[in-house]
Amino acid sequence: MALTVQDVARLADLARIELSEEELARLAPQLDVILTAVASVADVAGQDVPPTSHPVRLENVYRIDETRPSWPAEAMLAGAPAVEDDHFRVPRILDEEA
Amino acid sequence: MNGLDELLDYDEVMATHDVVIGLEVHVELDTKSKMWCGCSTDFGAAPNSHTCPVCLGLPGSLPVVNRTAVESAIRIGLSLGCQIAEWCRFARKNYFYPDMTKNYQISQYDEPLCFDGEVVIVVDGQPQVIPIERVHMEEDAGKTSHVGGAGRIQGADYSLLDYNRAGVPLMEIVTKPVLGTGTKAPEVAREYMAFLRELMRALGVSQARMERGNMRCDANVSLMPKGSDELGTRTETKNINSLKSVEAALRYEICRQGAVLKRGGRVVQETRMWHEEGYTTAGRSKETAEDYRYFPEPDLVPVAPSREWVAQLRATLPEPPAERRIRLQAEWGFTDLEMRDVNGNEGAIDLIEQTVSAGAAAASARKWWLTELARRANEAGIGLDEVGISPAQVAALQSLVDDGTLTDNLARQVIDGVLAGEGEPADVVAARGLAVVSDEGALAQAVDAAIAANPAIAQKVRDGKVQAAGALIGAVMKAMKGRADAARVRELVLEKLS
Amino acid sequence: MNDTIHATAAELAARIASGAQSAEEITRLHLDRIAAVDEQVNAFLAVDAERALAQARAVDVKRASGAPLAPLAGVPVAVKDLFCYQGLPTTAASRMLESWVPPYNSTVVDRLLASDLVILGKTNLDEFAMGSSTETSAFGPTRNPWDLGRIPGGSGGGSAAALAAFEAPLAIGTDTGGSIRQPASVTGTVGVKPTYGGVSRYGVIAMASSLDQPGPCARTVLDAALLHQVMAGHDPADSTSIAAPVPDVVSAARKADVKGLRIGVVRELGGEGYAPGVEARFAAAVELLASLGAEIVEVSCPHFVHAFAAYYLIMPAEVSSNLARYDGMRYGLRVGDDGLASTEQVMRASRAAGFGDEVKRRIIIGSYALSAGYYDAYYGSAQKVRTLIRTDFEAAFRQCDVLVSPATPTTAFRFGERLTDPLAMYKSDLCTIPANLAGNAAASVPIGLADEDGLPVGLQIMAPVLADDRCYLVGAAVEAGLTEQWGGPLLDRVPALKEKAR
Ligand SMILES: [Mg+2]
Ligand SMILES: [Zn+2]
Repeated sequence: MALTVQDVARLADLARIELSEEELARLAPQLDVILTAVASVADVAGQDVPPTSHPVRLENVYRIDETRPSWPAEAMLAGAPAVEDDHFRVPRILDEEA
Repeated sequence: MNGLDELLDYDEVMATHDVVIGLEVHVELDTKSKMWCGCSTDFGAAPNSHTCPVCLGLPGSLPVVNRTAVESAIRIGLSLGCQIAEWCRFARKNYFYPDMTKNYQISQYDEPLCFDGEVVIVVDGQPQVIPIERVHMEEDAGKTSHVGGAGRIQGADYSLLDYNRAGVPLMEIVTKPVLGTGTKAPEVAREYMAFLRELMRALGVSQARMERGNMRCDANVSLMPKGSDELGTRTETKNINSLKSVEAALRYEICRQGAVLKRGGRVVQETRMWHEEGYTTAGRSKETAEDYRYFPEPDLVPVAPSREWVAQLRATLPEPPAERRIRLQAEWGFTDLEMRDVNGNEGAIDLIEQTVSAGAAAASARKWWLTELARRANEAGIGLDEVGISPAQVAALQSLVDDGTLTDNLARQVIDGVLAGEGEPADVVAARGLAVVSDEGALAQAVDAAIAANPAIAQKVRDGKVQAAGALIGAVMKAMKGRADAARVRELVLEKLS
Repeated sequence: MNDTIHATAAELAARIASGAQSAEEITRLHLDRIAAVDEQVNAFLAVDAERALAQARAVDVKRASGAPLAPLAGVPVAVKDLFCYQGLPTTAASRMLESWVPPYNSTVVDRLLASDLVILGKTNLDEFAMGSSTETSAFGPTRNPWDLGRIPGGSGGGSAAALAAFEAPLAIGTDTGGSIRQPASVTGTVGVKPTYGGVSRYGVIAMASSLDQPGPCARTVLDAALLHQVMAGHDPADSTSIAAPVPDVVSAARKADVKGLRIGVVRELGGEGYAPGVEARFAAAVELLASLGAEIVEVSCPHFVHAFAAYYLIMPAEVSSNLARYDGMRYGLRVGDDGLASTEQVMRASRAAGFGDEVKRRIIIGSYALSAGYYDAYYGSAQKVRTLIRTDFEAAFRQCDVLVSPATPTTAFRFGERLTDPLAMYKSDLCTIPANLAGNAAASVPIGLADEDGLPVGLQIMAPVLADDRCYLVGAAVEAGLTEQWGGPLLDRVPALKEKAR
């Protein structure tokens, strides 16, 4: 199954990446080639093979519920593109009045 | 667009349809530290002062699971009759939103820690089964405030983010479809929330304060024509932040959906927002459904609670709140009516129990907490447990009344002193000189003075009009500044005038 | 002082400890070398001269006071620009983080500092470690000192090139699909990917969490072992960190004896697509191992042929999620915030401007692999293949103690050769990917130059989980045998770089 320009546009939207028409046209065929090259994975393992999500088998790793000093707010806000009253300032959240 | 929906009369909907509800409740745990990092979970700190590279999702940071949060989740699951998974994983739920520092929420997906439970609650004396689908662990998001647009997200110029709440452990408790609620679906939802709130407190895992967002509810509701067994299209109402709202929001949705169906329309499957003014509105509509792209969280290893651990945690479960209420009512000898007042007053049952164990009689403990102290809490708009007097102090106060040192009236003044920070009840009595005057000579003098000052009234009493003695007693009490035993004063007055 | 920049880390540490040469002088000579040649090589994205000199002086003071010194105290090290280091920008070679200065240190950096290594600066890499050539760096490619027209490998091309250009005696890398081993192979240096969970990932900018593993880069096997010893060990801040003792890699590197060891040659990692010079050098290395007393067996790992496909689904899936946080809201690049645009628009614009093509490709592929309706066919299937690859390793390690293969199918290619053909680029990692999927230890050590182009070839040595020491044991034996045959280290033959007059 081929990955179309429309598919790539939808995925870029899901991933919050603005792509121009030109970029879509350039990336879509590349992505299609990659996907075609990896599609064979579906035919390798049988139903009975369990998936592996973690390479090394560890379980039950926890920390004790103790507080540790937080960072000073200034340090955490230092890299922020916009700050106001010790808050991270972000653009309005809704696209238009809902 | 506020409350312009057409609504059908509730009883009319009930006549033709059955209601199916589903409740998704999020509970913030009361752990000391956050779910993945050592930052404090304390409420009300300066903005972004409880943050670190982990809860801010800085490049390179990694989560480590808070063991107490897992324990709390297991204890909640056990209390709801759930099975505890032998092995499960965290999963990432991917979506972009500025209150989430990583743009994914670490949650659980197809492998919840607790699943397949059931609880029975009582609504208007009738048992109601609430089947539990799952209890899973996840993290809370940061807090957004909006600038411009009257502080609402709609029309705001921009928004400000405080990530103190980001990463606070959050439990999601999800019911299966709740059937058989008859005409009482909204009340059932409310009772279930009240039940969960009480349970969380009994377990000591959450303060479960809805007004602080410790406990939040998303409510699904759908209508099904009577006699049909096909579920109708459901809506999910979010932003429900009080017990009252749970009931009101469901009632509103039922009436709204009823109106849609009656005029031959179709209910749209959507998310709706509850507004405290008493209506719901359609949430932001997305052309495409959200695709969360869940996958196992690679930064965290699986959770595999041993059966021994689960058994140990089961042994720590408190008595179920409903059973406790029945037991205490019997121990205290309260009537159903008296007990209803206790149950209706948040926190009263615990305070009374503690006051009784500090030595007071149950009836006295109930009297203080449900009258004088409840009144003060109401006036101040605070919880009964926040009034500022401890159960031990109430018990001490009552024992001063019991031994005749104080009258109820004096005791109220002692409460003033305790609340003003003047120390223990006995200290207040001493410092303010509030003890009942038991000096017979002084009392007799005061009675004589009152008789002398009110000869006409005294004559009436002598003539047999005993009711008139009240005025004389009042005069004596006034002269003694309330520090006399009114019964003894009455005796003395009648003696002198007989 | 040529003698200093060509010396091994072990030798430099010995000089510092004995007082034969000060740490400050050693650091200064390396800083001078960087100033003289790095314009051509572009191995460094940031040089931290002042702090490095201060750290070196502190070691000299410590020595003078008679306090005991850690084994690599005073030895300079270059750190891949993926490790958070307070006070220096940590960019991941991306416009997205161009001016981001982390407020905290990665565990690895903390351990380097605690062991008194001297951090020279941050090395170049493919953007967010995505690439096999360092060409996707937003700050220009690093050049291979063997041939400045060729790639130094990637993603850790900067660290490998810094070693081959004698700008640093030690460097730190990360290996997700070969990013330590493939650059080591094409630059004639040594690189080790420890067992997954052996070295903490805390504070390392994540590419693919279940595959990423920090590790040492050096010019000799012993140097790599000494650095490994400093970096490795349990870290409670990384839930996937293994709470077990670090394998004794230093002793293994010193032992360098393969007598009686069973060494498996993986049948599936060779043949078509492998350069003749690579195959010839590999065969010679295997012969050498046999002559040193190892027992050579041929083993089959039938599912390794599917490793590539599984990797190029699992890795981008994790990438798509790990890189979601770069949205211009809390740190990093923000574009298009004109007061009218919404959060969502600003996120889209910032991510469009901040990420290069390769990053975008992987995020999109990963989003696809995880999306509703495709998960089972792609991501789910890839996770099953991962199980089969692990099973292959387990079966092979029942037959032999270590596995060997070429580290990469070809020698260093020319700039631009594979840049517009992602698939060709991805094939650079064919041999290295299986160990990342299964989590076991693997290394690359130089085994000579290919006849056809005179460029370095690497031998990959793969060992079971937590048997990292076997990589060092075999690597050191090969190194000793070949150095003797060559009459000196391979890197003696790297063409001299023109030093810029100062
Ligand atoms: Mg949830
Ligand atoms: Zn934190």
